[in-house]
Amino acid sequence: MLLRLFPHPLLSVWIVAVWVLLANEVTFGQLVLGLILGVLIPLATSAYWPGRPRVGAPLMMIEFMLVVLWDIVVSNIQVASLILFRRGDSLQSRFITLPLDLRSPEAITVLAGTITMTPGTVSADVSADGRALLVHCLETDGAEATVAQIKQRYERRLKRIFE
Amino acid sequence: MHWIGEAAVTALILIGAFFLLVGSFGLAKLPDMMRRLHGPSKSTTLGIGSLLIASMAYFAIAGDHISFHELLITIFLFLTAPVTAHMLAKAHILRSQADRSSLPPTDRPSGWATLDSEK
Repeated sequence: MLLRLFPHPLLSVWIVAVWVLLANEVTFGQLVLGLILGVLIPLATSAYWPGRPRVGAPLMMIEFMLVVLWDIVVSNIQVASLILFRRGDSLQSRFITLPLDLRSPEAITVLAGTITMTPGTVSADVSADGRALLVHCLETDGAEATVAQIKQRYERRLKRIFE
Repeated sequence: MHWIGEAAVTALILIGAFFLLVGSFGLAKLPDMMRRLHGPSKSTTLGIGSLLIASMAYFAIAGDHISFHELLITIFLFLTAPVTAHMLAKAHILRSQADRSSLPPTDRPSGWATLDSEK
């Protein structure tokens, strides 16, 4: 019963929080309006999102976010220096295949997004069976090193969070 | 406004402007579509991130209220930027004959989703 009313409890909490932040003030009226949206939107969209992702390990989540934020800063400086000081043709750019250990679609989505935001890599496609990612590297020494780094830094932590 | 706060906000705005400029410059300079995708998808996150932190810091120090809209913009940006880059890359793979034939194998029975769904 409760699950039918709140198909995605975390999404409901999230919507209320975003609504209050959007209003930029915490008043009773805004809170009630946020709650109404937090119930209605997950109900209306639950048909398109039948699975219920399990999210655990909150400490790991914070660790993951800090690692990603740090990597974003580092990658920005790296990419900026590549753009400024290297001739475009001399960059060793190539596509690589990243085999996935993750199975949950939500986790793979987060991983693909993280890859795009971090050091010199953009996720370009996923294999039709959802078991491998196509990643484009701006400058790479070797495919194995990049794959190992992505697995070690992000995928290992996402596996703990989502699976 | 204290001069330290002023200096911090100024520095953040300058850093943000620098990375946005480099990102746009990369978009214009790099030779092909996939390499060009790297400039705007990354340099802009730190660039806009710095500008938003500067905005929050300014309103916290000089204004009379703390603004949370910047946090939301950051979250929305982090949600939408990778999706945009991903869609552009998929469209490019679909259209570019040269890149399509140079893709590495999936090491799986099925091919890449963009091309496999053509059948």
